[in-house]
Amino acid sequence: MTTTSKPALTARQVAWRRRRQSAGRTWAEFRRHRSGLVGLGVLVVFGLAAICAPLLASHESIEVTKATGGVLEAPSWDYPLGTDADGRSVLALLIWGSRVSLMVGLLATAISMLLGTLVGLASGHYHNFFGKALFRITEWFLVVPWLPLAIVLSTVLGPSLLTVAFVIGIVSWPATALLIRAQTLSIESRPYLERARALGAGDWRQMRRHVLPNVMPMVFANTTLTVAGAILTETTLAFLGLSDPLYVSWGSMLDEAFNVGAITTGAWWFMLPPGICVIVVVLAFTLIGQALEEVYNPRLRERA
Amino acid sequence: MSAPTSTLVADAEIQPSRSERRGSGTWRYVGSKVLGSLGALLFVVVFNFFLFRVIPGDPVRTLARNRLVSDKQVEELTRTLGLEQPLPQQFLTYLKNTFTGEFGLSFRYRQPVGDIIIDRLWPTLLLVGTSTILAALIGVYLGMVSAWNRGKVVDNVSTGFSLTLYSMPEWWLGLVLLAVFAVGAGPIPSLFPTGGLHSTDIQDPNSFAAGLDTAWHLALPVITLTLAYLAEYSLIMRSSLLDEMGEDYITTARAKGLRDVYVRRRHATRNALLPTTTLVVLNLGFVVSGAITIETVFSIPGLGLLTTEAMDVPDYPVLQGAFLIFSAAVIFANLIANLAYSWLDPRVRT
Repeated sequence: MTTTSKPALTARQVAWRRRRQSAGRTWAEFRRHRSGLVGLGVLVVFGLAAICAPLLASHESIEVTKATGGVLEAPSWDYPLGTDADGRSVLALLIWGSRVSLMVGLLATAISMLLGTLVGLASGHYHNFFGKALFRITEWFLVVPWLPLAIVLSTVLGPSLLTVAFVIGIVSWPATALLIRAQTLSIESRPYLERARALGAGDWRQMRRHVLPNVMPMVFANTTLTVAGAILTETTLAFLGLSDPLYVSWGSMLDEAFNVGAITTGAWWFMLPPGICVIVVVLAFTLIGQALEEVYNPRLRERA
Repeated sequence: MSAPTSTLVADAEIQPSRSERRGSGTWRYVGSKVLGSLGALLFVVVFNFFLFRVIPGDPVRTLARNRLVSDKQVEELTRTLGLEQPLPQQFLTYLKNTFTGEFGLSFRYRQPVGDIIIDRLWPTLLLVGTSTILAALIGVYLGMVSAWNRGKVVDNVSTGFSLTLYSMPEWWLGLVLLAVFAVGAGPIPSLFPTGGLHSTDIQDPNSFAAGLDTAWHLALPVITLTLAYLAEYSLIMRSSLLDEMGEDYITTARAKGLRDVYVRRRHATRNALLPTTTLVVLNLGFVVSGAITIETVFSIPGLGLLTTEAMDVPDYPVLQGAFLIFSAAVIFANLIANLAYSWLDPRVRT
């Protein structure tokens, strides 16, 4: 009968237990969305390929100087997806390219999320000049056409992977900021925030302890959609030759395919696979994002 | 791509907090929107100024590293940019030049940037304008059919098709279409030209034959862009129609005994068209910048190709001018979309 007198749980333990439960509920709800699960499965495969790239294909196989194949060879047993204009295996390039495409996409998303969440929170929380100014800036970035802005920024900053991630982050944060702002406004009008204010909580505490935890699910669902956009943008920038020429990504492969005339010579093995990879990964992120949105937004769930 | 719609959502949200003064409300709304757009435009101008002056190091030296720039041009550039003057003075000169339409000389073409841009505007407008209209019509129709048959095979196919198109870089689709229908693949012969806007053997550029020739050249790029754009319209139309179908007034209409077709056509579709219409108007602003990659793939001498060519040099005056035009177009379209929305849906203005 010793088990009946359990020691009382500390506040932290209660909080963690509650978090675990809520994560479990989210997962149970998410599992009901088949498209989301398919997306997750696809992502796991691509993620593993990116992480295990050195095991699947040696780095030498994508170095121009150590290329072993002929120019634009059609698929064969040695080269399942043929070779590129430098005689490198397209399959090896795809595997190594997945690293750069995913990494830049994730890094850009991290920048975009951080910036978007901070600006969105602050512009929703402060009703003074500062908040209004932040809102105006967000609106301005939404209105400016993103591709020309990205082109101008990367031309001015010079080509490197960090620049590309930074540029994508800069052009993609405003959508997040607006979403977070709207969410913040609706949360701040609830009684428990009035209570927090009455008890003397400062701006920082209100935002961090009361608003942020409530907008986090939205941030989470939005993140996956932002990654999808970021990978597409990375591909486009690389295609336009604005990425780091030292790293192979799906976009830079397509840029090369276009430049060496894979289109006119009918070298489909060089042109189709990178594009299909982009579509599959972007689609996977989009499906997960949509499933998460439905999980976190019961209104959508009822309708769907 | 969901970004443009969220602006409107945000606008709709802040408007009701305004003081309710009937009569002057509309004009006040229009006034605030116009002022806001002018502010945004001014911000673009300022941004443009500083962006091209934060080029690491001395701008002129950075520009001069470029082989296409001669010593004389460096001198001229220093003068036109007014780089020997203090910064505030430079800024005023720049403002004056911008508002009088002087964007400087292109490094590459040695012509005023304004003239080049006007020259290159028409192919872009023709290409993207046509695609936008086609995409809007087809997209809205697809979205409607999807929503009406929610959960059925038609809906799944159409939504899957739209989502896949939405996840595709539009220029990659262009490359594939180019390889298949212009170069010819397998049994498919070469049906369309691989690029450009005219055949070289056309004598009179204003003849009917020349028009047909241009249409033939534009067919593939227009198909590509239409497919790329229609995905967004169809997805938006589907979701807003589903939104409307869940509203109480639809139940009321049904309860009155109206036929389903009537309820859909006259009640649901009208309201569901609202967000889509705004999106179309908003996207019209992206018309001028929207075709950057497609013009590169199909070598159509429009503003997009101008931009990517300028990027390679890099031709800073052209980039600066193009960026200003692209942004101005979007800001203007945004203004029109806001005004149109408030006219179509008066709830926004109150």
